[in-house]
Amino acid sequence: MLLAKVVGTVVATRKDPRLVSHKLLVARPVDPKGKAEGSYLVAVDTVDAGVGETVLIVSGSSARMAAGMKDCPVDAAIVGIIDTVEMAD
Amino acid sequence: MQLARVIGDVVATRKDDSLIGIKLLVVQPLSADRTPVGRPLVAVDAVGAGVGEDVFFVRGKEASFPFYPAEPPVDAGIVGIVDYWTVEIG
Repeated sequence: MLLAKVVGTVVATRKDPRLVSHKLLVARPVDPKGKAEGSYLVAVDTVDAGVGETVLIVSGSSARMAAGMKDCPVDAAIVGIIDTVEMAD
Repeated sequence: MQLARVIGDVVATRKDDSLIGIKLLVVQPLSADRTPVGRPLVAVDAVGAGVGEDVFFVRGKEASFPFYPAEPPVDAGIVGIVDYWTVEIG
């Protein structure tokens, strides 16, 4: 899974019917110390995350195992809001 | 599967219900000579690993298999703690 910071929201009216009523957020991966790295992605939110929060994103087919996402056409889902990351040093 | 070192742990209170009770760790993938390679990632722990240990982890939906019949939404999971490994380079 990836750590990422939510940086925006996505609004799409015309979309796959199975995506209706699911919130889409723009997130940018961060390293464990919070530094942004890599490219932005769109993830479906299953835990009521918001802009500015650090979240846990699951990618690939596992994203469909998030709550309420069974058989939905998604490859990235936010499944947790990060409180803290404790590093070894 | 990939070799990695556990370098941190993650605390998340608000999360998918099926992740409750599952430990989340930050792992840094390692190359054969034990140097870090690539970006660190978050993996679930199925074997009781801890910070500082060398482990191997599996990617993809298979990461949820140790928790069967539960199907937590995870894409990386630690499935073994490495005692030691040897590589012959040449």
